[in-house]
Amino acid sequence: MKKLTTLQMADFAATGLLRFEAVVPDAVNQHFMQAMSELPDESPRDHSQRLMRERAVPEVAPGTPLAQAYDADSAINRVLQVPEVAGAIASLVGQSAVVDHHYLHITFPGGRAQDTHQDSTIDLRRAFDVQMFYFPHAVTLDMGGTRFVPGTHLRIVSEMSLGRYQNILGQQSVVCPAGSVFFFHHGIWHGAGANKGHDKRYVLKIRMCPREPQVRLWDTSDLPESMNEQQPIFWKNPDAPRHPIHQRLMATQPWFEHDTGRLEMINRIHLWRYLTGDESFDMDYWATRVENDPARVS
Amino acid sequence: MSTLQQVLVLYLKSSALDSAVIGWARYDGTGEQPGEPGDSSEPPYETGLAALQDGWRLIQASPIEAHVPGSEFTTSYLKFEFFFEKLVEL
Repeated sequence: MKKLTTLQMADFAATGLLRFEAVVPDAVNQHFMQAMSELPDESPRDHSQRLMRERAVPEVAPGTPLAQAYDADSAINRVLQVPEVAGAIASLVGQSAVVDHHYLHITFPGGRAQDTHQDSTIDLRRAFDVQMFYFPHAVTLDMGGTRFVPGTHLRIVSEMSLGRYQNILGQQSVVCPAGSVFFFHHGIWHGAGANKGHDKRYVLKIRMCPREPQVRLWDTSDLPESMNEQQPIFWKNPDAPRHPIHQRLMATQPWFEHDTGRLEMINRIHLWRYLTGDESFDMDYWATRVENDPARVS
Repeated sequence: MSTLQQVLVLYLKSSALDSAVIGWARYDGTGEQPGEPGDSSEPPYETGLAALQDGWRLIQASPIEAHVPGSEFTTSYLKFEFFFEKLVEL
């Protein structure tokens, strides 16, 4: 498997997502799509129920170890064995991860875009699940690929309460070649787009839960000790290079509010502390400043 | 003839009405310009003030509230929500 690098992990911590384009071989994509070929015209509900009944994707009970959830020769298992995919899963949720649920989302041409939401319900954990989105065929812009807002994953909200947010600055929609795989933090704000094309759009989503602390599970050979070195802030040489980890973790998003954008930085620092097992980690003094309590030092 | 309401919701970078728009939604009682999730990547106005200058009437703004003890560092919903309306005779 090909585990994530430290910089990829930092990107995930900051944005709540990682994308791997066209990593699944065409033969596997075609294998997956076999069950969806040569079916009669039918309503979205009938189509979905047919695929469930015919087990185009198998039933899996919550809590089933991911490693045992799918037949060895199944298309889904072949996706999970792709080195980049297996490595990302091992890095994000570990090799003992279990399946929460999965679903084959089918978007027919026509209809309306799904409201922006966060999956499941209010979730206060620092630990996180990931949702793997596998796109077995190419997704063009008019097909309404999943819309998502990078950097929203650490916000504590309640599912469809976000429905009023039709558009958020910096939102993106999945446009990708066949065989692309995205990993999303469970908290990311997202919604299915309206399919304005002519073909049905399929995406398989698998939610995976860790069963071990998500501490240094990635390839940490490039994790430098200099990570904890503080760099000058505000008044500094504008040409001086930024520490690459800090640069990624401190990257802002277009939708940041002036004040809560700073809270996002603090929350990312807390996530990075969890991921590295280093509770002293800080960047730009955001956490140290508000944790400084001289009465407790002495 | 009837009077119908068009509603524009803007989310701004701060509580200042002339700060930049970071989110937006539109609901149109006339049915002529319905909003839909993900229907545009550029905001309709740069600031809330620009919406006023284009004839939108402000009808509601988010209050500035004290933080709930214990949740001071929690981020959740967009904070600075402004509702505007236009009334259209049809």
